[in-house]
Amino acid sequence: MIPNALPQSLVDNPLLSDWVGFEQGGRVRVSTGKVEIGQGILTALVQIAAEELEVAPGRIRTVSGETSAGPNEGVTAGSTSVAMSGAAIRLACAEVRALFLARGAERLGVPAEALSIADGRFQRDGRETDHDYWSLAREVDLARPATGNAPTRPATQYRVVGQSLPRIDLPAKIEGRGFIHDMLPPGVLHARVLHRPWRDARLVALDEAAVRRAAGGAIDILREGDFVAVTAEQEFVAFRAAQAMREKAAWDGGTPIPPDANDPAWLEAQPARTRVVDTGTPPQTSGGTVVEATYWRPFQTYGSIGPSCALACLEHDPEKWGPVFGKDHAQNNGLERDDDSRKRHPAPADGQLTVWSHTQNPYALRDQLARCLGLDAAGVTVLHRQAAGCYGHNTADDAAFDAAFLATRTPGRTVRVLFTREDEFLAAPLGPAMLVKMRAVLGADRRPVDWTIDLSSPVHSNRPGVHGHHGFRSREALPNPPPQPAERNDRPDAVGGGASRNAQALYDLPFHRMIHRTVDPVPLRTSSLRGLGAFANIFAIESFMDELADTAGEDAVAYRLSLLSDPRGRAVIEAAAEMCGWPGTAPPGEGRGLGIGFARYKNRAAYMAVAAEVEVDEEVRLLRVWGAADCGLTITPDGALNQLEGGIVQAASWTLCEELRFADGRVATATWEDYPILRFTKIPEISLRLIGDPRDPPLGVGEASMGPTAAAIGNAVARALGTRIRNLPLSRERIMAALLA
Amino acid sequence: MPSSADTEVVLTVNGARVRLVTDPTRPLLSVLREELGLVGSRFGCGLEQCGACMVLIDGEPEFSCAREVATLAGREVVTIEGLGGLAGPGGGLHPLQQALLDEQAGQCGYCLSGLMISGAALLSRNPRPSRQEILAALDRHLCRCGVHNRVVRAVQRAGAAMAGAGTPA
Ligand code: FES
Ligand code: FES
Repeated sequence: MIPNALPQSLVDNPLLSDWVGFEQGGRVRVSTGKVEIGQGILTALVQIAAEELEVAPGRIRTVSGETSAGPNEGVTAGSTSVAMSGAAIRLACAEVRALFLARGAERLGVPAEALSIADGRFQRDGRETDHDYWSLAREVDLARPATGNAPTRPATQYRVVGQSLPRIDLPAKIEGRGFIHDMLPPGVLHARVLHRPWRDARLVALDEAAVRRAAGGAIDILREGDFVAVTAEQEFVAFRAAQAMREKAAWDGGTPIPPDANDPAWLEAQPARTRVVDTGTPPQTSGGTVVEATYWRPFQTYGSIGPSCALACLEHDPEKWGPVFGKDHAQNNGLERDDDSRKRHPAPADGQLTVWSHTQNPYALRDQLARCLGLDAAGVTVLHRQAAGCYGHNTADDAAFDAAFLATRTPGRTVRVLFTREDEFLAAPLGPAMLVKMRAVLGADRRPVDWTIDLSSPVHSNRPGVHGHHGFRSREALPNPPPQPAERNDRPDAVGGGASRNAQALYDLPFHRMIHRTVDPVPLRTSSLRGLGAFANIFAIESFMDELADTAGEDAVAYRLSLLSDPRGRAVIEAAAEMCGWPGTAPPGEGRGLGIGFARYKNRAAYMAVAAEVEVDEEVRLLRVWGAADCGLTITPDGALNQLEGGIVQAASWTLCEELRFADGRVATATWEDYPILRFTKIPEISLRLIGDPRDPPLGVGEASMGPTAAAIGNAVARALGTRIRNLPLSRERIMAALLA
Repeated sequence: MPSSADTEVVLTVNGARVRLVTDPTRPLLSVLREELGLVGSRFGCGLEQCGACMVLIDGEPEFSCAREVATLAGREVVTIEGLGGLAGPGGGLHPLQQALLDEQAGQCGYCLSGLMISGAALLSRNPRPSRQEILAALDRHLCRCGVHNRVVRAVQRAGAAMAGAGTPA
């Protein structure tokens, strides 16, 4: 059952009008605080609203992530958007529908039960009445708090939810439109920022004359403290200047990144705060077979294909936007809404700052910008616009700060900042490395009686506002930066954990100990990368399960099932095993193998089991991947499959290819050549099955496939090689080393 | 503002003759986006490493992010905005664009402009490509969201549609 308790988003944004409105031309506005980051969230939310209001999805216009207009739902992350925003929209729309039906019934002098709704029109006994949402809109005041008491439509009668509605943003995108990068208003000032290579680095020299020569056009160079930006009327001139600045700048002081920072030994040697969480009953007797293994996930990066972009204007003059955001863009069904946002926020008063950003948290961004720039939060408007895929804390907020700061230095002009590809590596938040040590004692029945996961990792969140810190890279380079927080603590387990996410194995273990070492401080800005600690923990736990099964002399699937009473977990493992033809026919250690991995993301989102088949000679060839997922009710099945498959590809890339390098005190990875990701010719064929029961509540899918994919590949490689590589990535060098060992 | 080093370059973009006076070393991508308002070709790296900026130059898929505009005098450039026109008169969507919609082959969509260019070029010489041929033709492109297999299916579907409709390949 889907419960009807008031979800947090409705508690925080109680007015029905925060969520729904009826507009001219038979349109419905549905507002959400969640933002499209490539995951298809807006499409899913449109479906939920269309279902409850009983209108065609095409009538719905979404307003998303605008601090001046929408509900505040915090950050869009962690596969929670459908659960959070969807729950609020479902209840709000159901209540709006009930209010309008009551009003219609009153006008017609019939009981509300006599009325039904067809695409927004009110019908009585299947015949049209003269009423619809729009004709009654002025008679029903939606500026009232939601009660959550209106009945929602029963899942068995769903007509839109559960169908694969095509993505509402895709038509514009296949025509090459719809991105923040395309906002090029006349007179825009193009800016590039020179980001510091390491924390607290001091700029000791910059050959400005050389930069101007290289630019080949007029530029301005703005220097304040150790912050440097170049602006130009033409983007390619700013681009050239930025390339030259990188080469012509000399840095000193601060805390350079040690060259061996991507080595497990370095991480282990850093200061850490430790906590221990025990569950279950410690074993009464000692003895048994001890199995131990240590796994490593290096520092990695999200590597979005589009560098971060932001625009900002102090005293934004809406007239400027005419030709760029004409009706063409306004038609994109929720993608670009500038005509309307103009109406909603008339020309701001003097000193008003408008920022266009692909941030994951428009409200937090607004608050931190206001704080850092000495503005009143009411004077800052953040408008979300879409960018390339976002897979964790990226440089979107940094770009927004850069644009906002530069806008305060050039009032009246719209400043457009684009990150360089190099800075997308060098200056981006890093996906934290993790060292995971597993230990189990097997009892007489060869099942664990004692189980310890001991994990070390820097914090997995440094988003703006977290740790009481602004979180903007450039603010630290400007004069008088606010002090760094004395301590950074990782996300608590209660909100899904950071490094500890999925550290608790879902298996039936009589005693489970988690030792969590928060490595802090580190001279690196580590932050959220898709799935946070789940990726490394699941890789470790599920690799270890195979190692235990080997020790026990049992089949890896059968061994898991013998330790798993959760029926939904069992079902996905059984389905994946069946799909891949487990255990296959390849003899172990002869270059080919199947592997399996399982988890329930966050131990409360979707269940997923993944099987992989690999061939290994000098490197790993991923031949096929199968997956079975239980996501409960899927709002958009095709969207869920798309997300799960995308997660498999990205996780395969992390597992096989990716690792940042540090040298000369900085992230030495600067281009895609230094950071290969999985390319088309390496992509396996992928088969997926959704096996959830639509009567179960929807469970987040965005990150569900990633950990199981890493484990499945790792286990398959171990089978193919006859020896196990426990450090990621499973690169050619590591394979060669394992073969030689 | 023209400077003394600016040169005149005349080329064809999406079927229209374009005359520019600009820095001859300026990247084609910058001309497309800033001068011609053709913002569908994307900046991803500026280093010919990701494929987001791919355009057709005389029918061949080529990176535009580092390609100096002066080298394109007299050449024919087609961008995502002009892809529909390639499939025949009347404009509309190229069969590959339609196939991408049919296969829902996109997540963030940032890589798609470039991918469609390379996909369309492949289909124009080989309307029935195998999976391996498609993968090879798209290998200069990066997609971080992982829609690779959907794009492959879309290329196959578009090829079938083009063959079925008798579209000149
Ligand atoms: S932008 Fe041209 S290849 Fe990346
Ligand atoms: S769909 Fe996002 S990069 Fe390809």
